[in-house]
Amino acid sequence: MFDLEAILTTIAPELLLAAAGLLGVTVGAFLGDRFNGLSFKFGALVLFVAAALAGYYWEGGRAFDGLVETSSYANFAKCVSFIAGGIALLMAEGFLRRHETLRYEYSLLVIFAALGMGVILSSADFMTLYLGVETLSLSSYVLAAFHRDSPRSAEAGLKYFVLGALASGLLLYGISLVYGFSGSTSYEVVAEAETSMGLLFGMVLMITGLAFKVSAAPMHVWTPDVYEGSPSPVVAFFATAPKMASMVVFSIILFTAFPQALAFENWQLIVGIIAAASMIIGALGALPQTNLKRLLGYSSIANMGYALVAVAAGVQYGAGSLLIFMTAYVIASLGLFGGVLSMRREGGMVEDINELAGLIRRQPGLASALTVLLISVSGFPLAFGFLGKLAVLEAGMDAGLLPLIIILVLSSVIAMYYYLRIVKIMWFDDQAEDFEPVDAWVTMTVYVTALVSVALLVFVAPFSELAASVAASLIS
Amino acid sequence: MDFPILSAVTFLPMAGAILILLIKALTGAQIRADGSEDDRVMYAGLLFSIATFIVSIVMFLSFDQSAPGYQLIEEADWYSGIKYKMGVDGMSILLILLTTLLTPIALIASIGSIKKRLTEYVVAFLVLETFMIGVFCALDLVVFYIFFEAGLIPMFIIIGVWGGIDRIYASFKFFLYTLLGSLFMLAAVVYMYLTAGTSDVVALEQFSFDPGAQTWLWLAFFASFAVKLPMWPVHTWLPDAHVQAPTAGSVILAGVLLKMGGYGFLRFSLPMFPDASVMFQPFVFTISVIAIVYASLVAWRQTDMKKLIAYSSVAHMGFVTLGIFSFTEIGVQGAVFQMLSHGLISGALFLIVGVVYDRMHTRDIAAYGGLVHRMPVYATLFMLFTMANVGLPGTSGFVGEILTMVGTFQASTWAAAGAALGVIFSAVYMLTLYRRTVFGEITNPELNDIQDVNIKELICLIPLAFGTILLGVVPNLIFDITRESSAHAIAKLAGG
Repeated sequence: MFDLEAILTTIAPELLLAAAGLLGVTVGAFLGDRFNGLSFKFGALVLFVAAALAGYYWEGGRAFDGLVETSSYANFAKCVSFIAGGIALLMAEGFLRRHETLRYEYSLLVIFAALGMGVILSSADFMTLYLGVETLSLSSYVLAAFHRDSPRSAEAGLKYFVLGALASGLLLYGISLVYGFSGSTSYEVVAEAETSMGLLFGMVLMITGLAFKVSAAPMHVWTPDVYEGSPSPVVAFFATAPKMASMVVFSIILFTAFPQALAFENWQLIVGIIAAASMIIGALGALPQTNLKRLLGYSSIANMGYALVAVAAGVQYGAGSLLIFMTAYVIASLGLFGGVLSMRREGGMVEDINELAGLIRRQPGLASALTVLLISVSGFPLAFGFLGKLAVLEAGMDAGLLPLIIILVLSSVIAMYYYLRIVKIMWFDDQAEDFEPVDAWVTMTVYVTALVSVALLVFVAPFSELAASVAASLIS
Repeated sequence: MDFPILSAVTFLPMAGAILILLIKALTGAQIRADGSEDDRVMYAGLLFSIATFIVSIVMFLSFDQSAPGYQLIEEADWYSGIKYKMGVDGMSILLILLTTLLTPIALIASIGSIKKRLTEYVVAFLVLETFMIGVFCALDLVVFYIFFEAGLIPMFIIIGVWGGIDRIYASFKFFLYTLLGSLFMLAAVVYMYLTAGTSDVVALEQFSFDPGAQTWLWLAFFASFAVKLPMWPVHTWLPDAHVQAPTAGSVILAGVLLKMGGYGFLRFSLPMFPDASVMFQPFVFTISVIAIVYASLVAWRQTDMKKLIAYSSVAHMGFVTLGIFSFTEIGVQGAVFQMLSHGLISGALFLIVGVVYDRMHTRDIAAYGGLVHRMPVYATLFMLFTMANVGLPGTSGFVGEILTMVGTFQASTWAAAGAALGVIFSAVYMLTLYRRTVFGEITNPELNDIQDVNIKELICLIPLAFGTILLGVVPNLIFDITRESSAHAIAKLAGG
C-alpha cells in the first residue's frame, strides 16, 4: 500500500529535510565554496519550513504499516526542535566565518541531524527509532569535531563517537531483547506483550541508551567534555534541539511501548533514580567549574533531571508538564548558550566564566537579557522557566514522587548558586578590556528569547492549554 | 470594571524603571569622566516613587476601613485555574503604605552617597518596590510566590553592587538562605493547589486540609517565613546583609522585606493551617523567646552600629511572632502594629547610622563619641528613635511591645516573662549605643569638624519621626484599620 496522503500527514517534515539535505549535497558539489554562506540561510529556511509542515499536519497520522506514526505530541516537539535548530544554525554563521571554517557541510549536517530528530519523533517501531537515532548521532559526532584542525574539537568528536557508539549498541541490544521476548519491534505490539524478565532487561538497556542521548546521569559523563571541546555554536545546538527531541522520544517510548499494565512501575523507579542522579550531579558537578561550557553542560544535565521527574510521573500527569518544561528550557538555553558562548575578547573566545566580568558596563542590554535567560533556566520566578519548573513540581506531586521533589528543591538551590555566580561576575566584577561586538543574529536571538521568556510568563494560558490538549492526544 | 488601582500602585514603579531605561538607552550613556552619572536619573526615580506614594494614598482613601474581608479586588484568568488576583485588607494596605513611604525615603537618602551605576541603582529600587507591593496585594498563592521570590533579585544586586567590602558573600548568603526556605513553600503551594483545586487565597481559607497534611504544609511555609522574618536560628544572614548593604538597602530590608515573614504567617499559616498552628504554638514561642533574649544579648556586644541594629531587628521580630502565635486579637493587633512601627523605627535607625557613616566612613562604635557637641539636631533625632526602639511610652515602639506581651501573657505566662526580659535588654543595648556614640567628650579628633544633619537627611528623618510619635500617641489610627483583618486571621483559632 502506498498511501501518499497518510505518508504526508505523518512524515512530511522528514521528507522535506531528506530532500533538502540531498539537494544541498548536490548543490554544494557544484558550487563548492560559493555555497558556504548561502547554505546557512538555506538550512535555516528548510528547518523553519519543516517546523511549519509539522504544524500544518498537526494531528499526524500513521503510515508504512505502523513503522511511523505521529501525534500532535510528537509534532509539538518537532516544531520546537526544528525552530531551535534553525536559530542555532543562523547563530553559527558568524562564528564559523570568523574561525575560517564556514563550510556548507555544517548546515547540511544540521539538516541531517534534524532529519534524525524528525524520524525518532515519528517512529512507532524500534527499527525506525534506531535509524533515526543513528542519523542524529552520526551528524552530531561530526558536528562536535567540526573544527578539525583543533585538537580539542577532534577529541570531543572522538569521545562523543566512542561513547555514543556504545550507547547505540546498548540501545540496539535492548531492542533485540525486547523483540525476542515480545515477538515484535512495534510499540503497539510490545505494549500488549506479557511482562517477563527478558523484556524488562531489554527495556532497561534501552533506557540506558536513551539516557545517554539526553545526557542523564549516570550516562552523562560525555557531556562536559564534548561541550568543552566542541565549537560554541555546536554546543548551543546540542543543548537545545536534540535534547528536546530525545527527551520527548524518551517519554513517547516509555509511555506508549511500556505502558501502565506492562512495566510502568519498573521504569518509573529507574527513571526516578536517573532523574535524582542527574539533578544531584548536575547541581554539584557545576559548582567547581570555571569553564563556561562545562558549567553549562552540567546545567543542562541538571535540567534533564528535572525533565525526567515529569517523565517519571507517568503519561497522565507528566506529558503536558514535560512539554512545558522542555519548551521553557529550549527557549532560554538557546539564547543563553548562544549569547554567552559568542562573547569575544581580544585574543579569543570567552571560555572562563571570570572573563565575563563587567559585561553589564560594556553591553548593558545584552547582559540584562542574559540575566533574564539565566533566571529562566534556573527556574526562578520572573520568567517562563519558573512555570516549567512549577509544571514539573505539579506532575511529581500528583504522582506522589515526594523524594524526587525534595531533591528537586535542594538541587535547585545549589544550582541557583552557580547561576548567581554568573550574574555576579557579569554585574559585580570589574574588568579592563572590552568585549568585541556580538554578531547580529546572536544579539537578536538573545533579546528575542529573553523577551519571549518573560512574555510567556504572563501570557502562558494559550500555551499551557495547547500543551494539555497535546498531552491528551497521547493518552487516548 | 473599576480602575485597577492595586495593579496601578504595584506596577507604577516598574513602569518608571522601564521608562528610565528607555530614556537612558535613547539618549545614550551619560557617564562622566569620574564614573558618576547624571543626577537627573535619581530625580526621575524619585518622581516615580513619590507618584506611587500618592497613588497609594488614593488607594487608601478608596478603602472602606469598617468593612470586613478583602477589598479593591481585581481578577484576571492566568492559566489552568490560577488567577492573577489582587486585593487588600486592613493589614496589607498599611504595609503597602509603609512600602511606598519608605522607598522614596530610601532614594532621597541615596542622593549624593551613591556615585557609581546610578541608573541601575534607581531601577533596582523601583523594581524592588513593585515586587514588595505585589507581595502584599497578591491574593493568589502562585502570584504571591512570584512576587515574594522575585524581590530577591533586585536586593541581591543592591547588596552585591553597592554594598561594603564583603558584599559578595553577604548577597549570596541572603539569596540562598531565602531561596531554600521559599522552595519548600513552593512545593507546599503546589500541593495545596492540587489538593484544593485552587490557589485562590480566599477559597483556600475556606478549605480545610487534614491535620496530617497541615503539619507538613505549615512547616514548609514556616521554613520560608522564618528565614525571611528572620527567626532564630536562621537569622544569621540578616546581620551580614545589613552590614554590607548600602544605607538605603538596609532601610528597605529592615523596613519592608522582614515584614513579609510576619505578613505570611498572618495571611497564610494561621487561617489555612489552624490545627498545625495550634500544635506548633509552643515551638514558636520557644524560639521567639530565645530570639528575643539571645539577639538582645548579641546586640549588646556588637561594635558595629549596623550590626547592633540588625540584631535588635531580630529581637523585635520575636515580639511579632509571639503576638501572632498568641492567637488573641490583642496579640495579633499588636504584632501588626509592631511590624509597622518597626518599619518606621528600624528604617530611621539605619538612616541615622548612614548619616554618620557618610561623613566618617566607619560604623565602628568606638570611633564615635561626643557627637552631641557637634550635631545637636542629630543627637535629638537619634534620641527619639533610640527611645522608640526601646519602647518608651509615647512612641510607637511601646504600643507594639505592650500589646504583643499582653496577648502573649494570655497564652503563656512564661513566654511573656521571657519577652519582658528582652524589653529590659533592649534598653541596655540601645542606651549603651547612644551613650557611646553621642555622649561623652570627643576623643576622635576627626569628629571635630563633623557637620550636623543637612536638609536632605532631615527630609528623610522627619516623616519617620512624625510617624513614630503619631502612632505612639494615637495608636487607634492603626487599630481601627487592622481590627477586621486581625480578627479574620485568628477566626478559626478563636479561643484556641
